[in-house]
Amino acid sequence: MAYSVPRMEGDEAVPKAADPGGWPMWEVFIRQRRGLSHVHVGSLHAVDSEAALQNARDVYTRRSEGVSVWVVPSSAVAAFEPDDAADYVEANAKPYRDATHYDIPDEVGHM
Amino acid sequence: MAGAVSDDEHFRYVLRHADDNLVIAQRYGEWISRGPELEEDIALANIGLDHLGQARSLLTHAGELEGAGRTEDDLAMFRTEREFENLTLVEQPNGDFAATVARGFLFDTYQLGLWEALSSSADPTLAGIARKAHKEARYHHRHSTRWVIRLGDGTEESRRRMQAGLDRLWPLTAEMFTSDHVDQAMVERGIGVDPSSLHLEWSQAVEDVIDEATLEIPTEPASQTGGRSGRHSEHLGHLVAEMQWLQRSMPGLRW
Repeated sequence: MAYSVPRMEGDEAVPKAADPGGWPMWEVFIRQRRGLSHVHVGSLHAVDSEAALQNARDVYTRRSEGVSVWVVPSSAVAAFEPDDAADYVEANAKPYRDATHYDIPDEVGHM
Repeated sequence: MAGAVSDDEHFRYVLRHADDNLVIAQRYGEWISRGPELEEDIALANIGLDHLGQARSLLTHAGELEGAGRTEDDLAMFRTEREFENLTLVEQPNGDFAATVARGFLFDTYQLGLWEALSSSADPTLAGIARKAHKEARYHHRHSTRWVIRLGDGTEESRRRMQAGLDRLWPLTAEMFTSDHVDQAMVERGIGVDPSSLHLEWSQAVEDVIDEATLEIPTEPASQTGGRSGRHSEHLGHLVAEMQWLQRSMPGLRW
């Protein structure tokens, strides 16, 4: 068939596309315009940081180039999962932490 | 304005660079859905699209220069392979990923020098196309160069394939720097650049990268040339047939 990749002499069966475990994963953050924050746009696999930046440009900036692209190895990102949320997120409503919880006497006026 | 002969040379000069980009765009397109990784699949498709964009601009300009009413589509879809003036290098089959990287690397380095020189062409349309193409060529060059280094200075297998890719294509590189009367005419009119003037810088740039990749600089002597005169390897016919069959079976088809 016209499209089969020609095999070189002495090739064993070539493994399928590289095991994703072989190429580290990177998280991609892009700042669209000056003054905005970097926004997480997704992740990709790349062999090193330069490839990750190059690939981020290809995969995530097709329609408009951002002014700044960050790539961070996914292993560097510490995160908590929704199941762990109880340990980290305030589950109980604590209205006394909000100013609207309190009645202001009229004589005080607007604060 | 000069007579028909000079204009024909101007037309052919723009056409040959259009054909380089059109043919290599087709080759990159063949990688879609077959890339080694999803990200590389997208990268190769993007590079192919850049080349296709350059081809379209150049074909449109060539059609205008010819003045016979041929559009970019007419030129792309209704010429036979003997009328294509692309380099023999760009029509070579993709092979494995390393072979594609090798072809890209050798051609991208050439295009860097070419577009930079043509940015000051006396033909303002060509100069404009060259300036935009130069930015794209820098991106392509970075992509292919980094891969030559990664594959060359990589595993035993990647190194073997990368060296093989370079060895196989090396004899076709001399053609990039061979002048003919079309080039000479364009140089005289300040429109074109003498291809042989690009050779030294190309050699140095290419050899530096091959060294950094811990590979051997190939020594195969130059082989087939003639692409600029429509004499191609056996590969172009298949590529052109596949590209053109739809328009040829239903001419004027649009969607």
